[in-house]
Amino acid sequence: MRKILSTAIVSTSLLVAATAQAGTLADVKSKGFMNCGVSTGLPGFSNTDEKGEWKGVDVDTCKAVAAAVFGDASKVKYVPLTAKERFTALQSGEIDLLSRNTTWTLTRDTGLGLNFAGVNYYDGQGFMVSKKIGVKSALELDGATVCVQAGTTTELNLADYFRANKMSYKPITFDTSDQTAGAFDNGRCDVLTSDQSQLYALRIKLKNPADAEVLPEVISKEPLGPVVRQGDDEWFNIAKWSLNAMITAEELGVTQANVDDMTKSTNPNIQRLLGVTGEMGGKLKVGNDWAYKIIKQVGNYGESFERNVGTGSPLKIQRGINALWNKGGFLYSPPIR
Amino acid sequence: MTVPQKNSSSKIWNDPVFRGRVFQGVVLTAIIAFFAFIVSNTLHNLEVRGISTGFGFLNQEAGFGIIQSLIDYNETNTYGRTFVVGILNTLLVSLVGIVLATLLGFLMGIARLSNNWLISKLAAIYIETFRNIPLLLQIFFWYFAVLGVMPHPRESMSWGELVFLNVRGLYIPSPEFSDGITFVYASIFVTLIGIWILKRWAHKQQDDTGKQFPVFYTAIAALIIIPGITYLISGTTTTWDVPALRGFNFKGGITILPEFTALLLALTIYTAAFIAEIVRAGIQSVPKGQLEASRALGLKNGQMLRLVVIPQAMRVIIPPLTSQYLNLVKNSSLATAIGYPDLVAIFAGTTLNQSGQAIEIIFMVMAVYLTISLVISLIMNIYNKRMALVER
Repeated sequence: MRKILSTAIVSTSLLVAATAQAGTLADVKSKGFMNCGVSTGLPGFSNTDEKGEWKGVDVDTCKAVAAAVFGDASKVKYVPLTAKERFTALQSGEIDLLSRNTTWTLTRDTGLGLNFAGVNYYDGQGFMVSKKIGVKSALELDGATVCVQAGTTTELNLADYFRANKMSYKPITFDTSDQTAGAFDNGRCDVLTSDQSQLYALRIKLKNPADAEVLPEVISKEPLGPVVRQGDDEWFNIAKWSLNAMITAEELGVTQANVDDMTKSTNPNIQRLLGVTGEMGGKLKVGNDWAYKIIKQVGNYGESFERNVGTGSPLKIQRGINALWNKGGFLYSPPIR
Repeated sequence: MTVPQKNSSSKIWNDPVFRGRVFQGVVLTAIIAFFAFIVSNTLHNLEVRGISTGFGFLNQEAGFGIIQSLIDYNETNTYGRTFVVGILNTLLVSLVGIVLATLLGFLMGIARLSNNWLISKLAAIYIETFRNIPLLLQIFFWYFAVLGVMPHPRESMSWGELVFLNVRGLYIPSPEFSDGITFVYASIFVTLIGIWILKRWAHKQQDDTGKQFPVFYTAIAALIIIPGITYLISGTTTTWDVPALRGFNFKGGITILPEFTALLLALTIYTAAFIAEIVRAGIQSVPKGQLEASRALGLKNGQMLRLVVIPQAMRVIIPPLTSQYLNLVKNSSLATAIGYPDLVAIFAGTTLNQSGQAIEIIFMVMAVYLTISLVISLIMNIYNKRMALVER
């Protein structure tokens, strides 16, 4: 009966009716560009600048993959998606890579037919309140109205946190982070909750950023990373190692500025990374200078971080846990060899 | 003697009936094959991509909160329950919207035909304005421009410290009755049955003797007096739960969310503008001769409207009115734009994203809207049959 029912259901839906795709890599190559799903606008992660160009650490991940595949970081078409739309867009083949501050969880990794290709930002959920209400800790938020983005892990953590601490709350959910920030701004809710990085990003969009403060509590682990469809290992590998190449480059001190000189380096690790020796690119089925192109056109992870969310940006977020493993953080790339 | 020869026209492929059946068979097979292809292809793709299917997810814990629920709901309830919460919220805004839009629409439709120049023109301006602005913009207007600029909870507008209005909503006291209220409810029910019997009696009385009995005023009086006496006799007491500012928000009483209000206002005002035009058309479709005839019989204006015009106008009004009701229900799904927790926002939004069961959920949501629409159509068709011209 269940079989009949689900058969009846899928028959009504043309959603996934497109014929099964060949490998994403072949698809993308024949298209000549790659569709990358990003947010609808989150400063530091994926947002358009005054010239209308996409900028951010998530955007840099898209660019890195494009640089590895095409040798040209600009061959990306950005598809802005809300949190609710993102997985369907990836499942249905509308996008080839999802790089949209998406938290890696077991459910998403298994039930949705997706694969997380690593972590490009270690985040945690926090709360932002107006200074006027005089709250110093999230444990004082009993009875508060909370603005939250619909369809996120944030929504679930929020429920867990208040339940665990025997507090009540009223959730107001919107589709985009801009809407939640707007509602917070005009007093519809007392608290805005999201990943801490987002809170800092949204705070600079408020009418009066100095009136809002982020509470100290971090209530969850939010490892954010790029996502691909399950069952396409070739493409999965490219996404995974493009990110790893950026991290390895930082570790080895290879930067956008010195990458050309570094090709003459005698360090065998650098030689392998930049394709001077070895067949790393061939194993990934991309050009052997794939990592060189990434670093030349996008930069290493540290450069991307500083430029988009770090000290070189309005967000001024410290490296903290997003520093390299040998500098007190979590970032650790498996060896490229 | 001539033997009737089989001419070419009697060949089987020249038989129109046979040919018709063949073509129908071909079309039917093609349609079945088309859907079979889609089904098998979708199933195949879902399997290849490792996306889980089936309705098992409905029993999983939802884990997220919902701001407005007509039934008990908390984070530990299942996805299945979020489905019910969503349906009820959609029905709430739709049914209240249908009632209000009908009242406003009839009022405006009649006002449009008023002999008073000012009333008629004001109605015309209302209809032309609201009918021609996209509904989504109207929802945004009410939500952001009207309700979004209300004061913060600590500076709430207040009427007698009982009713409060702020950016978080309208807070009104809610009555809490003691046990005796059951008798009051029962008495209201009994009174309604009594009124129905009285109405039939009055009708028969008029048929037999021509004397009219003031049923309407009697009914109103009975509905006030009988439950009122029951309330006093049964010793029912009422306490009022008055909202008060405690902590961050007002607590106690009934809260009407601004999201609900904005959606309801927009749906009502938008749909009423269409209903007004339908009502106007219906009334104008009644032939002038009918009015002249009823005047000749000496009917008063009110009687003429109630006994002659409206029953005939209804025959024209009901079918397009049904469409407007269906539109209102379906338009209520725009709730998701302002965060009102309706079926689309909760179930096809949050639940879909948390569980990832896109196909199942979208199918369920479509089935719900289809069911609601068919039920409304059914009710309106029954009503239409009753109002239809009876040929004698």
